[in-house]
Amino acid sequence: MAGIALRALSKEFPGGVRAVDGLDLDIADGEFFALLGPSGCGKTTLLRTIAGLERPTGGDVLIGGRRVTHLSPGKRDVAMVFQDYALFPHMDVIDNIGYPLRIRGMARDARERHAADVGGQLGLEGLMARRPAALSGGQQQRVALARAVACRPQVFLFDEPLSNLDARLRLEARTFLKRLQRQLGVTTVFVTHDQAEALALADRIAVMEAGRIRQLGTPREVFGRPANLFVANFIGSTPMNLIPGTVRGDRIEVAGQRVAVPAEIRSRLADGDAVVFGIRPEYVTLSVTPADGGLRGVVSIVENLGSSALVSVECDGHAVGATVPEGSEPEPGSEVWLVPHDGRVLLYRAGDGELIGPPPPSTDGQRVSLSSAVTAARPASSRATGIRNGEQDT
Amino acid sequence: MTQAGDGQPRPADREAWEAARRVATRIGFYAVVSVLAMFFALPMLWLLTAPFDSSPRYAVTVPAFTLDNFREITANPYAVSSLVASTVLAVTTMLLVIVGAALASYALSRVRIPGRDAMLYLLLLLSSVVTGTAAMVPIFLLVTQFGRVDERVGIDSWGAVVLVLSGGLLPAAIFMLKDFVDSIPRSYEESARVFGASPLRTLKDVVAPLISPGLATIAVWTVVNVWGSFLVPFILLRDPDKQPAAVLVRTLYTEGGQPNLALLSTFSLLYSLPVVLMYVFVWRRYGFRFHGGIKS
Repeated sequence: MAGIALRALSKEFPGGVRAVDGLDLDIADGEFFALLGPSGCGKTTLLRTIAGLERPTGGDVLIGGRRVTHLSPGKRDVAMVFQDYALFPHMDVIDNIGYPLRIRGMARDARERHAADVGGQLGLEGLMARRPAALSGGQQQRVALARAVACRPQVFLFDEPLSNLDARLRLEARTFLKRLQRQLGVTTVFVTHDQAEALALADRIAVMEAGRIRQLGTPREVFGRPANLFVANFIGSTPMNLIPGTVRGDRIEVAGQRVAVPAEIRSRLADGDAVVFGIRPEYVTLSVTPADGGLRGVVSIVENLGSSALVSVECDGHAVGATVPEGSEPEPGSEVWLVPHDGRVLLYRAGDGELIGPPPPSTDGQRVSLSSAVTAARPASSRATGIRNGEQDT
Repeated sequence: MTQAGDGQPRPADREAWEAARRVATRIGFYAVVSVLAMFFALPMLWLLTAPFDSSPRYAVTVPAFTLDNFREITANPYAVSSLVASTVLAVTTMLLVIVGAALASYALSRVRIPGRDAMLYLLLLLSSVVTGTAAMVPIFLLVTQFGRVDERVGIDSWGAVVLVLSGGLLPAAIFMLKDFVDSIPRSYEESARVFGASPLRTLKDVVAPLISPGLATIAVWTVVNVWGSFLVPFILLRDPDKQPAAVLVRTLYTEGGQPNLALLSTFSLLYSLPVVLMYVFVWRRYGFRFHGGIKS
């Protein structure tokens, strides 16, 4: 078991593209760490650099305190699961799982016993003699996991292992993956472009953009207090409401109306500052009677999300979303008031898009307790994702 | 006069006429095909009957059955040794071409070299020159020079013939095989690399099995090429003990200067059999079905 440390890591491709840009990162031993970002943000390159498949152009990679920057992938004691699983089509399942052991020179008997053992733990009994082509996507994914588990590495590297599965299977595989990682306690780095996946699985998430980490934190922090507009836009199944506004004394003018400034950051704002007012639809209460401190608007669209509904409200030319519980959806065209929950309003500087406010508390040492809190808070977001995926599939 | 359809064929008549026409077309088609098939089959038939005839002529006849021709050809001091020579040359060249082409095509497929494709096309173009007639004199001189350094690659050595033939066949083999290697996803190799496999090990365990249909194709193609090659061994091998079958055939004449049809046909049959057998074997093993490198 070992943690991973990246020191000023850079990777520049011959064309001049900086896929990883001077990155510092510490991943704790046994942590489930997600690298999240849109395509082309450098997350896969970062993972491949940790694996040794890409050679960094600057900086260092340390695994378990050992400097592995210039070691070949095979000497780093890592196991990788690829997006397409990379199962060898000419070998049956048992040979695929046993292949890492074969490279290490383990005798055939011991190898097959070990492979059958690991395969059994991952529910692959009875499939051992099959070729990968004769397996379903979910089974192939588990064979790829088994192959990674079989070589007992210090670190697991997963490159979007769930993205080739259909929506329902993906949820199953996600739970399976998290349980497996908890059982084995192996440090895991997981690359994904699906924010719901990262929120559901990871102990900590690094949100990446253009080779840099834009925010590093627990799923709860990243979801609840996005550090900048990029993260705020990227995280969340229903997009966060982001409305330009201007500070007017102790209030903010947003969408032609004035709302209160959160108390803890009042001292950081000056009169006339241009800001972006951010609030998640989940943290807005919709009221059909005039409410103090609420944004007044007219309901334009109601989208059903299953157990809740996403209501789009037209406020002075800005569409503001709010989720309401099942059964209390307002009629389109009716006048409503949107009241942000206490402490949920986020203000971003209009210039650089950074969050105005006290920096999020340091998370070292409280990871476990926080992640259990996240587990409790998760169902709403994963449910919403399931529905969204369902829509994409039809 | 009384019937409405008078002067025009009744439907039944028309049907019969149509059927007759279809039959006639079929007969005509088969006749043409038979003549064409005969044109190609006759030499084959001659090759199958003449060796068993006591006095074969340039005609396909029911043979006056005898095995004397085979007895006579095996008594010929050079006939059997020439078949051995052909086998040795073909198998060695095939191994050299397969190993060389596998290594080269893997490297060329995976390493980015500027002008890689241009280089491949140039090689392909030049390869037809290497084993071509135009290069025979320089090659003869080159091999003569080699022989002064090491007899095993000089004139009258199988080594020289194998090297020259391999040199001629390799570019096309690399070209063909590279397509097979290109079709293998890189993640297979990267996966093996992360587990600690060396590049050579990856080639052996992962790449080679996946391109085995391509390797089989190239093996057959090389053997057929070497088996039938005349000019290179004819020029480089003076010693009749070492000459392969394709070169020996030209010596099967009677004292009168006439082709010895009995020996010629018998030897030709023996000469063709291995290639046919190899084709059948490879066809049954690989079936010549190619699935872009991925076999399931």
